Amino acid sequence: MAVTSTNARRDYSLTGPESARAVALGLASAEWYHTEVPRKVMKDLMRRNDAVATRDTAIWLGLMALSALGGVLTWGSWWSVPFFAVYGVLYGSACDSRWHECGHGTAFKTQWKNNWVYAIASFMVMRNPVAWRWSHARHHTDTIIVGRDPEITLMRPPDITRKVLAFIGIPNVFQDFAVLARQAVGRLSPGEAEYIPESEVAKVTCWARIFVGIQAAAVLAALLSWSFLPLVLIGGPRIYGTWHMVLVGLLQHGGLAEDVLDHRLNSRTVQMNPISRWLYWNMNFHVEHHMFPMVPFHGLPRLHELIKDDLPRANPSIAHAYREMVSALLRQRHDPGHYVRRDLPPGARPYRMEFHGEDALPEVK
Amino acid sequence: MSDWVDVCALDDVDEEDVIRFDHAGRTFAVYRDEGGAPFCTDGLCSHEQVHLADGLVLDDEVECPKHNGRFNYKTGAALRAPACVALVTYPARVEGGRIQVQV
Ligand code: FES
Repeated sequence: MAVTSTNARRDYSLTGPESARAVALGLASAEWYHTEVPRKVMKDLMRRNDAVATRDTAIWLGLMALSALGGVLTWGSWWSVPFFAVYGVLYGSACDSRWHECGHGTAFKTQWKNNWVYAIASFMVMRNPVAWRWSHARHHTDTIIVGRDPEITLMRPPDITRKVLAFIGIPNVFQDFAVLARQAVGRLSPGEAEYIPESEVAKVTCWARIFVGIQAAAVLAALLSWSFLPLVLIGGPRIYGTWHMVLVGLLQHGGLAEDVLDHRLNSRTVQMNPISRWLYWNMNFHVEHHMFPMVPFHGLPRLHELIKDDLPRANPSIAHAYREMVSALLRQRHDPGHYVRRDLPPGARPYRMEFHGEDALPEVK
Repeated sequence: MSDWVDVCALDDVDEEDVIRFDHAGRTFAVYRDEGGAPFCTDGLCSHEQVHLADGLVLDDEVECPKHNGRFNYKTGAALRAPACVALVTYPARVEGGRIQVQV
């Protein structure tokens, strides 16, 4: 079902009037809808292990090493292209899901493993590991609440050209590097200062310096060797290998409702092929992840089976989800209040009504 | 020192689990560790006031259900951001097969 609410252009900054409005409406740090799951079942779903993530990480890093080796050995010939096509996606796309799951601390049972993979993946995806831990916490507190969520990627009206360019990391990779460079000199943006506590700023600066230093070393190596190879190996994959991260990432919330307190309305679960699922570490079960962030990636398919009767039907494929999202985005260019409101199956608990005040859900009337 | 307050039967809390306990207008989290010993902390996470009774107990730690912040429920120490401020802990004991806390 497609719905139109307000047509007003909105201010997505965290320091503008929309932020104050969200607080005034009770949308900030609010109580969200959860499907009922018995405690014993939930405990089982939340159970951690090291085995799955260790296996996947060994495959991930092993394949990266092999494809990089193949690319280096065949550098200068067309044979290097397939090697770097694989390496690029493993580095420039799979980094996002590893960053995400290890940031939640759910991928591995052993925390130092989460922390190490989180740091490595943060470097690959060019995100400050400290700043983004706080950013992502806010994203979970205030998911797609305008003026509160720093991780809204598809703002209305959407800039579709820019989102198409994002598939080749333009201009994101340069912007992300500029953010790290700014943080490396100890400066936070006003938005970052909104959600990063003072006590964490020194850590933000320290990690930014490490990341900028490594990336600068790659640039220097490229200059000294007068070859692109160091940059194809370090940093470059965020351009030529980032397409899968963008492909699946845009679907998480694209074209869905803003300012609602029910993840069934602002997040999308999409059935995907097994390779995408592996690269994405099951984040295609996005409604489930937002409702229950303590369930590790390998528990999400089971969680989905358990609660799917209370959720809108999952999109059956990436192509299906894109058709739904793109048609909403095209319309949002002229009608920013438009969004897709997916129907619930019979028997599901209805969208909020008794759960939240009407004013708190301006897009669900 | 305040009096001991009855919480529940020992078996009402599984080993390596947590329940919510409300008393005198305050809310607490009552745990049992792997060996079955009881512990008690403030009920709400010090980050964003989410109840820890919906969290996950792993060894000596409780993980908050909202942002996966972690605390040592025996000492109250905050172990993992975004949880940065320690929880207050309270004495807990088993008397006559029931958990009691001193809050
Ligand atoms: S509310 Fe507990 S970690 Fe954020």
